[in-house]
Amino acid sequence: MKSFKDTFDQYRWEDVQASILAKTSKEVESALAATHRTPEDFKALISPAALPYLEQMAQLSHQLTKKRFGKTIQLFAPIYLSNECNNICTYCGFSLDHKIKRKTLTAAEILQEINVIKQHGFNHILLVTGESNHTVHVDYFIKAIEIIKPHFANISIEVQPLSQDEYEQLQHCGVYSVLVYQETYHKEKYKDYHLKGKKSNFYYRLETPDRIGLAGMHKIGLAVLLGLEDWRTDSFFCALHLDYLQKTYWQTKYSVAFPRIRPAEGVDISDYHISDKELVQLMCAYRLMNEDVEISISTRESELFRNHLIKLGTTTMSAGSKTNPGGYSLDEESLEQFEISDERTPEEVATVIAANGYEPVWKDWDTHFNMHHHVNI
Amino acid sequence: MKQLTIADKVFQSRLFLGTGKFGSSLQMEEAVLASGSEMVTVALKRVDFETETDRLLSHLQHSHINLLPNTSGVRNAKEAVFAAQLAREAMETNWVKLEIHPDPKYLMPDPIETLKATEELAKLGFVVLPYIHADPVLCKRLEDAGTAAVMPLGSPIGTNKGLKTFDFLQIIIEQSKVPVIIDAGIGAPSDAALAMEMGADAVLVNTAIAIAGNPVQMAIAFRFAVQAGRMAFESKLANKVHHAIASSPLTQFLHEEF
Repeated sequence: MKSFKDTFDQYRWEDVQASILAKTSKEVESALAATHRTPEDFKALISPAALPYLEQMAQLSHQLTKKRFGKTIQLFAPIYLSNECNNICTYCGFSLDHKIKRKTLTAAEILQEINVIKQHGFNHILLVTGESNHTVHVDYFIKAIEIIKPHFANISIEVQPLSQDEYEQLQHCGVYSVLVYQETYHKEKYKDYHLKGKKSNFYYRLETPDRIGLAGMHKIGLAVLLGLEDWRTDSFFCALHLDYLQKTYWQTKYSVAFPRIRPAEGVDISDYHISDKELVQLMCAYRLMNEDVEISISTRESELFRNHLIKLGTTTMSAGSKTNPGGYSLDEESLEQFEISDERTPEEVATVIAANGYEPVWKDWDTHFNMHHHVNI
Repeated sequence: MKQLTIADKVFQSRLFLGTGKFGSSLQMEEAVLASGSEMVTVALKRVDFETETDRLLSHLQHSHINLLPNTSGVRNAKEAVFAAQLAREAMETNWVKLEIHPDPKYLMPDPIETLKATEELAKLGFVVLPYIHADPVLCKRLEDAGTAAVMPLGSPIGTNKGLKTFDFLQIIIEQSKVPVIIDAGIGAPSDAALAMEMGADAVLVNTAIAIAGNPVQMAIAFRFAVQAGRMAFESKLANKVHHAIASSPLTQFLHEEF
């Protein structure tokens, strides 16, 4: 199969890192002046040399986002269906080696959870699980989606990597988008962080967006887990991945997110910290390279920081999130995947968005569009 | 000024508005009212038919405003036909703005699927207004397929770049038997005026108004620009002359006695 691996293998981590650090203010200025920006421009924009240009980048990002997406922010809620997991990932609260209570929601529990989520006004929902192929497999997803579909206009999933055939099944039953984060593009470090389980296969994960694209999914979400390695080099590879995917699966939409490692059960805070200022730089760099990529900001970030990010390129936000299965309605003791930072209710977040002159958008899709219906053309 | 007729509807205003991208539904409503528009597009996917007072539609309940549902989000003719049927049922209109742009990056309309969907929808009794490239041959093919109007783009959607397709729009306007509504890319009132001076039947504007510093005032500016452009067109513009009249005419000898 032709995949991103062919492109990826042409690069050496150390070379990329060195070339980002070597970028000069002249190269930053040329990237800022360009009408069409390439991954090479992206390198300049995320380099230390670009920091003095942050205000200019922010202004451009604001203008470009407004032009493309209007003054709107799309809202969604995650629903954690299961925290069972057969992987050992050293940074994750769901990791197999953590002796925590495991829970997978039953059909009745899913209904209870979505009732609460619906009451807040959400119409877009993201289904999240760990990776436990015996209990939480494609048949489980299909059953869950059948329960959820009548109540939501748009369904995304963030689960273990699946086969192209499985993605096709899920698309057929109403899934609009799939989020699959590479975590880190550093091949060797990836092995250190993902000690056991299917997730330890670096290339299988790297090629997952190809399989999603081939399955004809409407949207693919990419990200690096910021804090596992040098954020600049990792983000360049993610931007390169995005660039490759857009050219290959041209009918698909894309989104990026910037999850920073948050404290979770038994997890140390990392050495590869990315500051608020650098995160803004990264977000603006994505927008400057890619006018149409959706940018999603989760409740991992603080209230105040999220308020400011509304105007800097954000298109999508979660709100009122619970990251444990049953978190919305069951009050279970099951542990969360990571600590939430912005604990405001969805209504409060929507009010802040409106106060910034933006329209909170609760619905921007219709599951009817996904239906495989009978029109003979 | 002459009225515009599309299918069985008569319009006083030749300015159509899109309703996306506004900072709030209230602001959108104020801009629509200020523009004098009688036809606004509504993205079907944005409408929440389950809640009794949809956030978008509740701001568009004015007797002079016709709602034109668009199929934005569909990727092929089959999905478009289904979306149009959904719109007909939910919004009680057989009018549809056909938008098939499978490319989410530049939102380029797919001419092949658009033609297929137009044929099918016309057969099903829809009043079809397809968003298309400024392609004169496609316009004639759509006419044959039973389209109610054509909506060629001025430049890529949302770019505010104006009438980059000027020469092709001229050919379309010259040849068309159905109304030509210039859609997409109109970034300033002057672009709208130019489109109307060329003889376009109407223009559709969204981004330029929605993200303006003052959307309501910008809507008024577009209203005037469209009226001015149309008035100029109906008044027959004087030809542009690039050179002064030659002082030694070449045919003068014909008037001289030999």
